[in-house]
Amino acid sequence: MAIDASSRHDPTARRVVSVVVNGEPHSALVESRLLLSDFLRHELGLTGTHVGCEHGVCGACTVSIDGQIARSCTTLAVQVDGAEIRTVEGMAPGEELHPIQQAFRRQHGLQCGFCTPGFLITVEALLREIPDPSEEQIREYLSGNVCRCTGYVGIVAAVREAADLMREA
Amino acid sequence: MKPAPFVHLSAGSIDEAVALLLEHGDDVKILAGGQSLVPLMNMRLAQPAVLVDIGRTPGLDAIAVDGALRIGATARQSAVLRSPAVAAAAPLLTDALQWVSHPAIRNRGTFGGSVAHADAAAELPSALLALDAEMVARGPQGERTIPAGDFFVTYFTSALEEDEVLTEVRVPPRSPAERTGAKFLEIARRHGDFALVGVAVSLSLDAEDAIAGARVALCGVADVPLRARAAEAALVGTRAGDVAAATEAGRLAAEGLEPPSDVHASARYRVDAATTLVRRALLAASPTAPGGER
Ligand SMILES: Cc1cc2nc3c(=O)[nH]c(=O)nc-3n(C[C@H](O)[C@H](O)[C@H](O)COP(=O)(O)OP(=O)(O)OC[C@H]3O[C@@H](n4cnc5c(N)ncnc54)[C@H](O)[C@@H]3O)c2cc1C
Ligand code: FES
Ligand code: FES
Repeated sequence: MAIDASSRHDPTARRVVSVVVNGEPHSALVESRLLLSDFLRHELGLTGTHVGCEHGVCGACTVSIDGQIARSCTTLAVQVDGAEIRTVEGMAPGEELHPIQQAFRRQHGLQCGFCTPGFLITVEALLREIPDPSEEQIREYLSGNVCRCTGYVGIVAAVREAADLMREA
Repeated sequence: MKPAPFVHLSAGSIDEAVALLLEHGDDVKILAGGQSLVPLMNMRLAQPAVLVDIGRTPGLDAIAVDGALRIGATARQSAVLRSPAVAAAAPLLTDALQWVSHPAIRNRGTFGGSVAHADAAAELPSALLALDAEMVARGPQGERTIPAGDFFVTYFTSALEEDEVLTEVRVPPRSPAERTGAKFLEIARRHGDFALVGVAVSLSLDAEDAIAGARVALCGVADVPLRARAAEAALVGTRAGDVAAATEAGRLAAEGLEPPSDVHASARYRVDAATTLVRRALLAASPTAPGGER
């Protein structure tokens, strides 16, 4: 993190933050107060990560930081200098959707899609930890992600289907 | 909702963190995991001029057992939850952490941050009270330890001085031969929310399963976590898992409580919840309960 002596006491001073996002290195000159969510959306143009509540409650902004899911709206860009970030844009390997995305599509795990990026990243972590989760485990793991459309039934069904798809693969 | 501008300084060591706190005086705050502080800054409820970031400070996130269980302040909540050493030495903490927010927040939120933040509805402070833990703080005058019973002062206020860093939490050892029981239970609006009422129970038992010592601590019922001392005294000598004794302890624990009423629950509801939760936690903590044997 580049920081010279004169900028040490200036709250509006900018500094370089470098991260690897979905395998690609990026650097940007940012204020310390810039949230990771805004860094991704405004500095890097990666608008797949959505912003709902901006205080950690809704889960729409969930991304993965060094392999661990986290809220990008309650994380400062300067806190993750040097980290590897994964966002929803990194999920589909090419033209084809990721199995979790396919399952969400088939099982009506989304309607408006606002909450979806956060759910997808969270479900990816869930299935890594628990490859064959029970409905109770799914609901508990996803309790920090809010969806105002689906009523969650389709989401739970999508996770079950994705679990089957991924274990077969 | 964006934070107001501030200066962000990364502390390379605990001593540097203390020095930076001293240098920046009034308007400086420690940043650990940021899972309480950043939301407050987003809402402009907090507008510190300087943040001293200890999130990556070396030597602050270790989990070790050398007699006592020692948990470094910046150990992430998820790391403590997954730690086999913690599950063996203090299963009550593992139990309590399952109620603390959600995986995405526990991955960044620190153990010490939750203690220092001193939220009256947070789970860890009451669990640490029931475990008779000590907090280790480092300031300009050096290190001191603060018993859990003296650490929580009132809503969002701990005994830490402005220029002190919480470095470690110590849980006293128990002998391997000791038979114990532990349980954390709470009622919340939704899994992962702060407790409306939570209860932490830690029991030590004699060879005949009679309770030799009991610690019962409640959160969400006052400005600080509270020990239910009358209930603890009444439990000594009773058999673990005795329904009548657990019910009486629940009644005693709720006696004299004056919990807050807010949008989430009335005071009356919290009193009833405390009565019931204490009984349930005591029964679940007994070694004869499913999963109760430690
Ligand atoms: C949606 C949501 C739900 C949550 N649910 C719960 C819940 O159910 N139960 C619960 O307990 N918590 C909950 N939390 C809070 C979460 O556990 C926080 O991680 C925790 O309260 C603070 O830890 P932190 O490391 O993130 O600290 P920070 O946010 O970085 O700091 C919090 C405060 O503590 C001070 N501080 C931090 N570390 C130190 C230190 N080592 N020495 C001195 N001062 C220090 C900071 O200056 C600041 O004032 C929730 C948070 C969110 C966003
Ligand atoms: S926008 Fe980050 S949790 Fe809601
Ligand atoms: S699909 Fe609309 S909020 Fe979830």
